[in-house]
Amino acid sequence: MEITEKDVLRTTTKLSANDILDGKVLSVKWTPNLKYAWDNGPAIGRYLAELKNGNVIAKKCNSCNRVMIPPRMFCELCWRPSDEWTFVHDTGTVNTWVVSHVDWKAGRLDIAGGIRPYTPAVIEIDGASKGMGILHLLDEVDPWKIFRGMKVKAVWKPAEERTGSITDIKYFKPIE
Amino acid sequence: MRRVAIVGAGLTKFYRNTLETPKELAYEATKMALDSCEMRLSDIDSVVMGTAPDAFDGIHMKGEYLSDGAGAFRKPYMRNFVGGGTGVFAPIHGWFHVASGMFDTCLVVCEEKMSSAYPHPAGAFLTIFDHTTEQPLFPTLIWIFAIEMNRFMTTHGYRKEDIARVAVKNKKNAMDHPSAQLPAEITVEDVLNSEVMAWPVNRLDISPTSDGAACLILAAEHVARRITEKPIWLDGVGWCLDSAYWCTRDLYYPDYLEVAARQAYKMAGIKEPSKEIHIAEPYDPFTYKELHHIEGLMLAPRGKSVQMLVDGVFNRDGNLPCSPSGGLLGVGNPIAAAGLMKVIELYQQLKGEAGKRQVPGNPSCGVANAWGDLMQVGTVVVLRK
Repeated sequence: MEITEKDVLRTTTKLSANDILDGKVLSVKWTPNLKYAWDNGPAIGRYLAELKNGNVIAKKCNSCNRVMIPPRMFCELCWRPSDEWTFVHDTGTVNTWVVSHVDWKAGRLDIAGGIRPYTPAVIEIDGASKGMGILHLLDEVDPWKIFRGMKVKAVWKPAEERTGSITDIKYFKPIE
Repeated sequence: MRRVAIVGAGLTKFYRNTLETPKELAYEATKMALDSCEMRLSDIDSVVMGTAPDAFDGIHMKGEYLSDGAGAFRKPYMRNFVGGGTGVFAPIHGWFHVASGMFDTCLVVCEEKMSSAYPHPAGAFLTIFDHTTEQPLFPTLIWIFAIEMNRFMTTHGYRKEDIARVAVKNKKNAMDHPSAQLPAEITVEDVLNSEVMAWPVNRLDISPTSDGAACLILAAEHVARRITEKPIWLDGVGWCLDSAYWCTRDLYYPDYLEVAARQAYKMAGIKEPSKEIHIAEPYDPFTYKELHHIEGLMLAPRGKSVQMLVDGVFNRDGNLPCSPSGGLLGVGNPIAAAGLMKVIELYQQLKGEAGKRQVPGNPSCGVANAWGDLMQVGTVVVLRK
């Protein structure tokens, strides 16, 4: 199991992203043309359609009595088809949150340059069962003043700009 | 079911960026493991490979690509993959092979080369999230782990400066590990002052991206007795997956890990884990995660792990040494290989062959776990001498 200094030198290299951009190393440039058309299924399909209308809809399971969001065609706990549709509110409670200085590629946000850190959160939606949260973003709030239990409300895109997407809600903001 | 022993192990050094190909890394670890117990490839009946997303290495069907390096040519070969949990699932997968009576020996090989993905392998993870309800928000793995850490902290009232001690402990432990990528003597202040990635996670709260490979050799009892006087027994295995509706679970506690641990403890006849287990390698890709897992493994009561950490219980010379290897935070995190590194650490510790890392007190029972997917999988092994 002994690894010698020589082995370290032999196998270590300080390759940087710039070495690739500058063409200093052999690299493969490949723009994958992989596009997917995902079917939403009936539950998420209606969820998105209602978002376009400015509503949030959930689905009930009459066995465990959960009001589930996002809505699902089957209850994963009771392992049976779910039951009625039910509208829930566009308000909720912060369950947990993050003050992120990175984007989805682990790229750094220019915080010093004035970019507001991203503040994604799990938001428990009012009207759904306790603990039923969705991932969304928080804004119009000092990132360092967010707290567990903070009451928040959806900020919607104008009706004509909505496309039937989770991003029809731009973000959630604190309720004054 | 037959009793299964571990009779050999091999581990490459972990690097940020190796020049070797993934296949060569797998070869190096596998050869080292065979040499460690004076076995030849012809003595091996079956091979299992644990390796994480193809997107890291950029090689689709990576298991097939790696098979030659793992010595699997013309042998029964299977790849398994449960995200970050893979490194501890791989020996469980090997255990099926031998315990079932199907094979007398099995090579368990784990490999990861994360450096091939530019600019950062984190980008490969966007597509693990729900394509309709989550991907449009451009989530990243660090977000969801920070989200979990925050829930853990706000539920128990844990402080960031206390959790940071895990990085201090593990990076120091790694100073004695020949494979370590990021061993260091650091302070709590260093962790708190390191770059904010996604608060509450700072840079030094996270394990690095790494390249590396690891290998364990499993054998049935009658074969193991011929190979070594000191076989280490794989006496308990457990695994469990929780719901992918991760926003519906209370993230403060890893229920999936408790279920997996109970399965492994029951099989190993362990009734009081905190008393009967002498040494642990809880999965520590993040500082908080070691504590989260210590609680899920029932080695500390819920809400008490931080106090035990502060009291030194988890130090190498404490009552319950945790991550004496240096863990993922110190040794490095080539995903599947890092999980298997933890099992190898238990193997060497129980054999009394951990050198400068040897924990005192002649430990005879250890537990390791790994975790991954959408924060939902727990994989657990119990080793005994």
